[in-house]
Amino acid sequence: MDITTSKSRLILEDGSIFYGYSFGSKKSVSGEVVFNTGMVGYPESLTDASYRGQILVLTYPLIGNYGIPGYDKEDNLLRYFESDRIQVKGLVIADYSDRYSHWNAKKSLSEWLIEHDIPGLFGVDTRELTKKLRKKGTMLGKVLCNSNNISLDNPNKKNLMKEVSIKKPIIYKKGNKKIILVDCGTKNNIIRAFLRRNFSVIRVPWDYNFLDEKADGIIISNGPGNPKKCRQTIKNVKEALSKDTPILGICLGSQILALSTGANTYKLKYGHRGHNQPCIETGTKRCYITSQNHGYAVEAETLPEDWREWFYNSNDGTNEGIIHISKPFFGTQFHPEASPGPDDTEFLFDMFVRSIK
Amino acid sequence: MINRRNRKIKKILLLGSGAIRIGQAGEFDYSGSQAIKALKEEGIKTILVNPNIATIQTSDYLADKVYFLPIDTFFVEKVIKKEKPDGILLGFGGQTALNVGVDLAKKGILKKYNVEVLGTPIDSILSTEDRDLFVKKIKEINLKVPISKAVISVDEAVKVAKKIGYPVMCRIAYALGGLGSGVAYNKKQLIELTKKAFSYTNQILIEEYLSGWKELEYEVVRDRYNNCIVVCSMENFDPMGIHTGESIVVAPVQTLTSSENFKLRSIAIQVIRHLKVIGECNIQFALDPKSEDYRIIEVNARLSRSSALASKATGYPLAFIASKLALGYSLIEIENIITKETSACFEPALDYVVLKFPRWDLQKFRKVSSSLGSEMKSVGEVMAIGRTYEEALQKAIRMLDVGMKGLVCNDLIFNDLEKELKEPTDKRMFAITEAIKKGYSIEKINELTKVDSWFLYKIKNIVEIEKKLQSNSLIKISSSLLKDAKQKGFSDLQIAILTNCKELDIRSKRKKLGIVPCVKQIDTLAAEYPAKTNYLYLTYNGNFDDIFSKEKNQVIVLGGGAYRIGSSVEFDWCCVNSISTLRNLKYKTIMINCNPETVSTDYDICDKLYFDELTFERVLDICDKENPLGVIISMGGQIPNNLALPLHNSNVKILGTSPINIDNAEDRHKFSKLLDELNIDQPEWKELSSIEAAEEFAKKVGYPVLVRPSYVLSGAAMSIALSSHELKKYLKKASEINKEHPVVISKFITGAKEIEIDAVAKKGILYCYAISEHVENAGVHSGDATMVLPPQRTYLETMRRIKIIAKKTAKSLDITGPFNIQFIAKDNDVKVIECNLRASRSFPFVSKVFKINFVDLATKIIMGKRVNNIDRSSFDLDYVGIKAPQFSFTRLKGSDPVLGVEMASTGEVACLGDDFNEAFIKSLISVGFKLPQKTILLSTGPIDSKMEFLESSKKLSELGFKFYATKGTADFLKENGLDADILHWPLDKIEPNTLSYISNKKIDLVINIPKNIEKEELDNDYLIRRKAVDFDVPLITNLQLAKRFVESISKVSSDDIKVKSWDEYN
Repeated sequence: MDITTSKSRLILEDGSIFYGYSFGSKKSVSGEVVFNTGMVGYPESLTDASYRGQILVLTYPLIGNYGIPGYDKEDNLLRYFESDRIQVKGLVIADYSDRYSHWNAKKSLSEWLIEHDIPGLFGVDTRELTKKLRKKGTMLGKVLCNSNNISLDNPNKKNLMKEVSIKKPIIYKKGNKKIILVDCGTKNNIIRAFLRRNFSVIRVPWDYNFLDEKADGIIISNGPGNPKKCRQTIKNVKEALSKDTPILGICLGSQILALSTGANTYKLKYGHRGHNQPCIETGTKRCYITSQNHGYAVEAETLPEDWREWFYNSNDGTNEGIIHISKPFFGTQFHPEASPGPDDTEFLFDMFVRSIK
Repeated sequence: MINRRNRKIKKILLLGSGAIRIGQAGEFDYSGSQAIKALKEEGIKTILVNPNIATIQTSDYLADKVYFLPIDTFFVEKVIKKEKPDGILLGFGGQTALNVGVDLAKKGILKKYNVEVLGTPIDSILSTEDRDLFVKKIKEINLKVPISKAVISVDEAVKVAKKIGYPVMCRIAYALGGLGSGVAYNKKQLIELTKKAFSYTNQILIEEYLSGWKELEYEVVRDRYNNCIVVCSMENFDPMGIHTGESIVVAPVQTLTSSENFKLRSIAIQVIRHLKVIGECNIQFALDPKSEDYRIIEVNARLSRSSALASKATGYPLAFIASKLALGYSLIEIENIITKETSACFEPALDYVVLKFPRWDLQKFRKVSSSLGSEMKSVGEVMAIGRTYEEALQKAIRMLDVGMKGLVCNDLIFNDLEKELKEPTDKRMFAITEAIKKGYSIEKINELTKVDSWFLYKIKNIVEIEKKLQSNSLIKISSSLLKDAKQKGFSDLQIAILTNCKELDIRSKRKKLGIVPCVKQIDTLAAEYPAKTNYLYLTYNGNFDDIFSKEKNQVIVLGGGAYRIGSSVEFDWCCVNSISTLRNLKYKTIMINCNPETVSTDYDICDKLYFDELTFERVLDICDKENPLGVIISMGGQIPNNLALPLHNSNVKILGTSPINIDNAEDRHKFSKLLDELNIDQPEWKELSSIEAAEEFAKKVGYPVLVRPSYVLSGAAMSIALSSHELKKYLKKASEINKEHPVVISKFITGAKEIEIDAVAKKGILYCYAISEHVENAGVHSGDATMVLPPQRTYLETMRRIKIIAKKTAKSLDITGPFNIQFIAKDNDVKVIECNLRASRSFPFVSKVFKINFVDLATKIIMGKRVNNIDRSSFDLDYVGIKAPQFSFTRLKGSDPVLGVEMASTGEVACLGDDFNEAFIKSLISVGFKLPQKTILLSTGPIDSKMEFLESSKKLSELGFKFYATKGTADFLKENGLDADILHWPLDKIEPNTLSYISNKKIDLVINIPKNIEKEELDNDYLIRRKAVDFDVPLITNLQLAKRFVESISKVSSDDIKVKSWDEYN
């Protein structure tokens, strides 16, 4: 692999420039620049559809160490990835290991990026960049790999769900019990979590009318962008709330759930992206370390009477989960399915499964 | 939020870890100090038992009461009886404290006095300490531990091996040095191996073979509400098979995928929950490098060396938090002291990489193998922080201060490279580098070393840059290559060597090109939240500084670096105290140090902590950034002392005594000249010009002579030559150690006393001083000597002369600050042997015995502040302080446990007593000496020392001891009317033999005075000494020490020893 040493750069919307070296594809791209503080799991993160339209900055400097695994499949899902393609628009890191080492690695990170035509930038002072994003909030930016300039593009203006959701329902067969998974950009591990519990999963597009499908539970998946853009999903969920089938919203799904109850969501200054977000279960002394990736949050104060804040973030107090007081409706802002990240809250799937009679 | 801590606890007993030794070093001063701070914050009274007087935790401003007493059940019970604490903390004093705690619980002592064990309950501790119990516990939750089974026949071995699957490890239970162990890849090999093994023993262990598996550690914290966090993950560069204390360790894990990492994390949490640990614990894993298969190796339910490292690596104050959790708090009730905005319930995210490198001092020990394995031999460690692995690695190697300039540019020759790779030694990192240079493929090296290829590729990156630099010159070198080299951790000196120019040429060139490091903070959250503390490091992998530097009124204190023989926790005490005085004087303080086992690297100690290299280049970099008023170099021992002159020559203001005068004292040539001018007596000396001249000199003054290089600490390469043959041998060794500074030989005076003065002077005038005498005669390194303060057997006239010499020296060298002079005295003749214009190893000892903080005074004087006159009567004590050395010979298999001019002790204790005898016995028990009950083995050396010991022998006999003796000694005793059973010399191989009596525990104490010369006898003596150490039988090898010991036990028994806290001695 040939790493051009020509100076490439990241330009933020406030005009600041971060120089680095190009790897992966040589394409120039624009997107929303966000940072993730996780220290492992780049193959999973890069394929997480919630990053759609975003240029991802990894704060951990040494990336590429264990290469990229192969495309093995299990239950018709890629075993080592969270979706079928790289979802980020670009990747910005500090130190790149082109020479990797791992028993299940098949190629280098750069080779993989090239395969998916995604540009990467290394040699960047990612700490300074992160501080800037923290202070000024998430910004638009562009990765330029050559002298050509491109214009800034705001992904949040688009309906990103459309880009990441499947077009037609897919069925993953296991046991007799069935789960509807509304795919707003789902991570494979949500599907795996139910297959492991012997549920069949019917994965449907984000705007699919699932109300007539017979199912034992409904999952509204994670996904990219502003939840308010998912009008069709919100409409469907609103209707589902009038029935009794258990519902679990994850990340964007939780926001959609909140919007369906009439509560409000808002954009966080720089979001939560990492594997170390502490979430306290309201009314207890229990705190869980969670994996997160979101730029929007539920405004807990706007929840209606029969809903409660279930979890909140111990760092900044933002909402991390909602729960209905009597019906089996739940939403978590964090990712109980982890991947990458700690699996401390995996038990929530068991809890949800228990609520299915 | 409501604080739920246990309100009935008002007084807590904390057990320290005692003297520094291999496997148990300064990390427990860090953890204990943090615990005391955490408890103080809660208004809880703390009682500390720790005889390690040089620690910060035994400072008067920390614990409410300090007992300089042995940490054993006998004495701790006495303290409990006296102090009546409500609770006890066992997790902060290493294995020592844990063992005593378990014993106290088992004997019902804690129950008897109603003392509650805080934090992890005793049952949980037991299930981590007892291997069988541990395996049972882990199996209860269906997790995996290495399979191991004891077998008694070849057939059984084959059966077990079939079940485990080949290859298997065959190990002889309880064998020293892995004798008879081996790997069997198939049945045939196993039969061969076990047949051989059963000829030595009747039981062997068949274990699954995990060598070559990755070794990982996770630091886990749990509160009583079952909240769990994993604070740090660490990966060993060295695969399974090498003790983690010997391993190069990286944090966070580098070669694990997310799935592997979080799998191990989950298991770690499952285990700690199942074991019901409250507070902190460490869990070690082995991970198959070819699958996700794992084994749980062990759990330490206490603060450990790894947890200290994890604390420093992440900025997460594990010991502090563990103390709060022990009091009953939940993790969410404790604040993250770095961000001050978030709670302690989170897992740190690092945006840098940390590398720990152990430091060995193996060349200091006779007969020790340098190969690494399952036993720990390293005496200290450093931690480097960088934003590339290469940067951290090269930094770490320089931090070790073993003469290596980084990964490359060292003069190392490997005769058998392949062997070096297969059987790792302390030089393995350099052997791998050499192999890469020689063109070995990464696959081949990986096969030989089992080190993960990722680490090897990184080494290769450095070698590639080295190659590029070699084909360059100062003029030719491009800005991008220079920057690349700096980003990969090359020092200016390395680049200068490779491009054939001077270090400062490179420095000025790169500064002109704008290639300077930037300052980054360690903030636990990878910049996600603003950080309030100044825990800093420098890196070339970044473009912007995190902090605003160049504040006014800043003073830098240079720390002591890695702990090693001769430089240990005592210099940390000096640094921390100096910083504390500076803060009281309203200076902004900057600490530079690189040792994760220290208190000085706690970021709340100073205003800014640079966890970075103590090298000329790095200190200059920091000075460039911070523009301090000056640098204090006299507190951190020899490393900062050596930097004084170079820094001074680069226009850095050195505070205190002028670096020119430091050089005058350090350079033995200059110093000896100075003494001549001042008319101060010294042993006759000569600077080495040629071996012939040296021999001629030795002949003139007469053997023995002392050979010593300049600028060394702890007597490295210092030797006493008894003959011209030895002289030649030692001269060669000394010139190898240090090529830049000349070697000096001097007349060695036998039978003389050694006396030291620790002092502080102000503008050349002696301000305060402490004179201490050694129990051992001159010839034993001062670091290994037993020190007595105030002196009990030194003539007043000698003391007066010493004081005069100190005054003259202070004046002529215009000393401002701390200094130490060592003397030898025979009759009233006083000669100077060494002078250091810095704080010495014994500063904490004399400060704490006198209750006058010498470092505080020295710092005030250095800063030109007023100090009050000291009341002379404070030097007039009604009690005695004794400092005794701690040796780690047990850990160093094969080493000869004998004292000499080269220092061998790894730590020390000091105890106070109403008289010499009481303090002496206390201090001996504190370093693990067991008082003899019935039997003593005597072998008292040459005739004159036999004579000298005769009185003592008589006394021992009167006390009712039974003697065993070697032939010569027994005959001598008989001639003098004393009875002794003859035991044969080891090499005679006849029973009754000295060795079998020692190993059968028929001997309570061995007194073996070496004879020095004759080869055969030396080996016999060595075997006796070694056996005593291996079987934990107390051993005395020094005549003076033996005599004083006999005197003391004839007057004091352990029941007479008083349990008095430090403040009760007035």
